[in-house]
Amino acid sequence: MKYVLMFVETEQFAKELEAMGELEQRAAYEAVGRWFADHADKITHHTHLAPVHTATTVRLQGGGEPVVTDGPFVEGKEVISGFAEVEVADLDEALKLARSWPACPIVEIRPVS
Amino acid sequence: MTEPAGGPADRVAGRGRDDSGEVLARVVREHAGRLAAGLISLLGDFSAAEDLVQDAIETALRRWPVEGIPDRPDAWLFTVARRRGLDVLRRESNYRAKLAQLRWPEPAQTDDRLRLIFTCCHPALAPAAQIALTLRVVCGLSTQQIAAAFVVPEATVAQRITRAKKKITEAGIPYRVPAADELPTRLQAVLAVIYLLFNEGYLSSTAERAQARDLVDDAEWLAALLAGLMPGEPEVVGLLALIRLHRARGPARFDAHEELVLLADQDRSLWDRTAIDEAGALLVRTARAHRRPGPYQLQAAIAACHAEAASFEATDWAQILVLYDMLLHLAPSPVTRLHRAIALGYTQGPEAALAELDDLQEVLARYPLLHATRAELLRGLGRAEQARACDERALALTANPAQQRLLRQRLAWT
Repeated sequence: MKYVLMFVETEQFAKELEAMGELEQRAAYEAVGRWFADHADKITHHTHLAPVHTATTVRLQGGGEPVVTDGPFVEGKEVISGFAEVEVADLDEALKLARSWPACPIVEIRPVS
Repeated sequence: MTEPAGGPADRVAGRGRDDSGEVLARVVREHAGRLAAGLISLLGDFSAAEDLVQDAIETALRRWPVEGIPDRPDAWLFTVARRRGLDVLRRESNYRAKLAQLRWPEPAQTDDRLRLIFTCCHPALAPAAQIALTLRVVCGLSTQQIAAAFVVPEATVAQRITRAKKKITEAGIPYRVPAADELPTRLQAVLAVIYLLFNEGYLSSTAERAQARDLVDDAEWLAALLAGLMPGEPEVVGLLALIRLHRARGPARFDAHEELVLLADQDRSLWDRTAIDEAGALLVRTARAHRRPGPYQLQAAIAACHAEAASFEATDWAQILVLYDMLLHLAPSPVTRLHRAIALGYTQGPEAALAELDDLQEVLARYPLLHATRAELLRGLGRAEQARACDERALALTANPAQQRLLRQRLAWT
């Protein structure tokens, strides 16, 4: 089955990352690179999104003029920072991958229909 | 290790109860889980298999009381399910081919039922859905029975079950026993579901007592099944022993007028000593063999201390206090602290216990037992007015009719 793992960043996580020294930061990025390399056989596609301040949301309201606003679609302290599409046997295998994700603290898993 | 779980029907017969309705329900429950497990692994479709099982059960409940329970209830149910499946799925050639090839494996692999339990209790399902699905698919209860037991609208239960089955299919929740390295976390969810069933039945915060007893039966049956299927897991045995110890004391919990009787006042000659000894021995054997204590084994050990005391006065509170300390270390919780405080009251006096309770005032503000315990301790210190106020608070917080009556009596006496 195909799933998308959506990596969700929190303000807390961003702050912690920022507060890290250069070496620590590099180690953190390397861990992410290693994760992608380790699971390359299951990852069909992945993308890191540009920071949330670049987001623009269009609300298409029935009939009316679409409303364009600055920022992500949910006002919140949690934003999707990237995603990976994976091809695995079932939800348990997708969960296993998500559990080993070394970066941001939330991962939403959705089957691709 | 425990003997493999005897079928619930055997248990009923073994305990000499003569209630054909109960026997019937038990036979259905026993075979529903096996049938569901068998059909799911054969069809590979959780929802379709489960619908066939429910149809077969409904047919059985209609016909068995009239025609008698067939010699081979499992084969009977399977035949009905298969016939029904062929009818319903005539249009779908795919299923038809599969169903036509089905053979009822005998005996059904116990491993299948284990898979079924783990699938129903998958952490990707909401806890309420885990319980509803387990009762429905593993124990074969109808939506109506589950709704009655948990005092929620039938539509809510139906919706939970439908949603959960849909998620199993669409999110790709596998029908399998988790791998060894996943077991510790996944087993927790399964044990939690059985424990919740037991608690709901035993404490029955709201449910009618007859239904509550059914839940306790189901919890014991599931725990025994799991213990038979996973003999290497001491916590499963711990939970089974815990349930059996509480059940053994069951007959003394209510008096002739269905009034709740406190532990201190119970007629201990009504306790099932054989069951207590067996559960205690099982617990000790398991603890010795594995040396992996866990919250369920410790709770069972505490229950055993109470059950093995010849009189309330003879209770080994010092040992109970030690067990609570271990339990708090493994699984800290305010409710456990409250129970430990009660043991502390008996070993070190009411003042020490009250001091402990002061710390819990805030987190357990809405927990009736906190206030009832305070009332007891205050009364022991001769502070009757304060005790009354606490009992009144407890009364306002409990929905359990038996607890309400008990508290009202206490308020009337003092």
